[in-house]
Amino acid sequence: MHDAANELQEKVRQAHASETPLRIVGGDTKAFYGRAGEGEELSLRDHRDVVSYEPTELVLTARAGTPLAEIELLLRDNGQMLPFEPPHFGGGATIGGTIACGLSGPRRAYAGAARDFVLGTRILTGDGQWLRFGGEVMKNVAGYDVSRLMCGSLGTLGVIGEVSLKVLPAPAAELTLALDLSPAEAMDTASAWAGKPLPISATCHDGERFYVRLSGATTAVTAARRRLGGEVREDDAQLWERVREQRHGFFSGDGPLWRLALPAGTPLLDLAGKWLLEWGGSQRWLRSPCSTTDIRDAAQRNGGHATLFRGGDRTSEVFQPLPAPLDQLQRRLKAQFDPRGILNAGRLYLAW
Amino acid sequence: MTDSVSVPIVDPDGAEPLSPARREALFRELARVLPTEGLLHQEEDLRPFECDGLSAYRCLPSLVALPDTVEQVQEVLRICSRRGIAVIARGAGTGLSGGALPRADAVLLSLARFSRILHVDAGNRYARVQPGVRNLAVSEAAKPFGLYYAPDPSSQIACSIGGNVAENAGGVHCLKYGLTVHNILELKVVTVDGELLTIGGLAPDSPGYDLLALLTGSEGMLAVIVEVTVKLLPIPERAQVLLAAFDRIEDAGAAVGAIIAAGVVPGGLEMMDGPAIKAAEDFVHAGYPLDAAAILLCELDGTNEEVSEQVMQVRALLARHGASEVLTAIDADQRQRFWAGRKAAFPAVGRISPDYYCMDGTIPRKELPRVLKRITELSEEYGLAVANVFHAGDGNLHPLILYDANKPGELQRTEEFGGRILELCVDVGGTITGEHGVGMEKINQMCVQFPADELTRFHAIKAAFDPAGLLNPGKAVPTLNRCAEFGAMHVHRGKAAFPDLERY
Repeated sequence: MHDAANELQEKVRQAHASETPLRIVGGDTKAFYGRAGEGEELSLRDHRDVVSYEPTELVLTARAGTPLAEIELLLRDNGQMLPFEPPHFGGGATIGGTIACGLSGPRRAYAGAARDFVLGTRILTGDGQWLRFGGEVMKNVAGYDVSRLMCGSLGTLGVIGEVSLKVLPAPAAELTLALDLSPAEAMDTASAWAGKPLPISATCHDGERFYVRLSGATTAVTAARRRLGGEVREDDAQLWERVREQRHGFFSGDGPLWRLALPAGTPLLDLAGKWLLEWGGSQRWLRSPCSTTDIRDAAQRNGGHATLFRGGDRTSEVFQPLPAPLDQLQRRLKAQFDPRGILNAGRLYLAW
Repeated sequence: MTDSVSVPIVDPDGAEPLSPARREALFRELARVLPTEGLLHQEEDLRPFECDGLSAYRCLPSLVALPDTVEQVQEVLRICSRRGIAVIARGAGTGLSGGALPRADAVLLSLARFSRILHVDAGNRYARVQPGVRNLAVSEAAKPFGLYYAPDPSSQIACSIGGNVAENAGGVHCLKYGLTVHNILELKVVTVDGELLTIGGLAPDSPGYDLLALLTGSEGMLAVIVEVTVKLLPIPERAQVLLAAFDRIEDAGAAVGAIIAAGVVPGGLEMMDGPAIKAAEDFVHAGYPLDAAAILLCELDGTNEEVSEQVMQVRALLARHGASEVLTAIDADQRQRFWAGRKAAFPAVGRISPDYYCMDGTIPRKELPRVLKRITELSEEYGLAVANVFHAGDGNLHPLILYDANKPGELQRTEEFGGRILELCVDVGGTITGEHGVGMEKINQMCVQFPADELTRFHAIKAAFDPAGLLNPGKAVPTLNRCAEFGAMHVHRGKAAFPDLERY
């Protein structure tokens, strides 16, 4: 077991005392994400390993530096999975980085987001305290839900040292159907299906075809396949992995990549460029010559938000700016966890 | 305003009532922003608000505000903030932990008039509702579209969505469908200084911190909820219930583990021990085997094919793990009856004992045999009987300690016994409350659950929202010098605030 809790605490205490900004790093696979950050590296690589895993409890606890691939392998050997199907974006991705970024994969719209499966965390605050919140049980309403608050906070509230996650059985059967539908038809179809008890676990329109993944009991998948039609795709696991890891042809190139998160049922937006639609249309990837303002306005007008996911100008805001009262509230919250603003300063928003 | 409250006021937090002059001035200012019938001050009008579902704790509020509009809520909060008056938000008042217990120096802000379902969007599967809408009313409104709202706390015919969010309410289907936090999309809240904020949204993964998660279960300490957008799910094509009897409680526990290990996630998975089975059977005649040491109720739902496949699989697993008998509900009627026994377990126990005391700990499921064995030992040590009902799927244990409050010293022994059960839950890696909330009731037990540094950080979070500490003060998180005796849910026969509500 690799436990670097004391060393990490010492480093954060020193940084707090000297007001030295820290750049928190797991596998350093998601350095592209968020705003460009400065600071002394605080590596979680030596704080690793699965602390406990009981398949029958559906709970796994691991230190932050544990490679995501190692956790997925362990789960697979026990017929289980991380239901939010997180992207890795590189071989060294860690569970801590995954939760700190709060990113979810193709199953998100049907099984839940990363935050939905967080049960507990141990965090190191900006003033150098190790604190434990939540736990390893499914139902726990004692105290504020600090663990879920950590998910997606990009390390700006605390260094995630350990995380407990709810895991689920992997489906017995899985297959992917390809349908020749236009993006608009695909969104309507996905929406109609989502209102029915069908075992759908992922949807994607890559600009050419519409793909639907079915997961569940063998009989349920077979029945749904008959009902939905289309053509069965053979290399389906690779397809979803390519989409999730952004290795699909759509993602090639170095131009700015936008992620638009939109309410279900939002029509196709009138923004020039190439689109890849996921999550029944709630997550849309865009390569576009349009200005940041136009893209953000379009997202906001439709009740959503836009993130400059990769590339482009990473010194300005990459996440949709918050309304002033929410911005102030969240900054006050950050100050309570990291009073000197040393943890991943500026990674989430310019002024934080 | 000429009345004054004449009866003694019991404030568990020891707050002094407002001085008549201060109360009068507050009343005058609130009366300018609220309709006449929306501001209560006479003792007989305040009386119905003196407690929530935890009727052992009672206190008359200084005033009760019943606004009709969000603007009025904002005004009430602005006025109280300016005057340094505490505000306690209340939904339907069915909570079991005293989260909506008034204070003598505070305004009770009832959201009861916010009872409209604003919009059901069947195509995009969500409903926008006001906080006073009853939980079950949401599913009823969604039903014509083949949709429902998943969290189903036992009090769902009466409890309100706003309260559900404040407590992060659960139900019997949590293992598969999650808690309230997993089933809401957006909140509109009013901050202590009267600002209206939108938290979360219909689009996934809102920018910034996940305040939606932080506010869910925050027990009215951070903001006042004035609108909730909930997710709606397609009603499963089919649901089937299996009932398995066991001669040994350990076998029932092992069977639960085996079902999960086989890759089945049941919609509901409930366990009852011998005393609970007998009490329930005597009460509702559910058809439970009376000689069993434990029964398991396993509900499987999903597509028709999936359920057929899983029923066969689970039947075989149960038999292999020592079930002496496995029954499958033959029709909807028998399915209802199987559930009726479980849902009536609390009132059933109430029939065989003058009083009972309900704990709400959650434990890792594997610890069940050890925890039950220890509870049996403690039961002998204290000379008090216990019936156990258990949300086996998610580890939420409700031991009911049977006692008679009229016997001198018995209540005290019961509270001590209950305290030791909760300590046991924490010892095995569990928690003091799985779904009922901390409120006023378990405020002291929070000291067992959390060390001082964590409690201090909870207070810091509150300060980021409510620096003056005016929202529901004294609840949910104890001050550091308040770590003392334990409390738990007391239901005295005939005195429960909602005696007819199902509780599980």
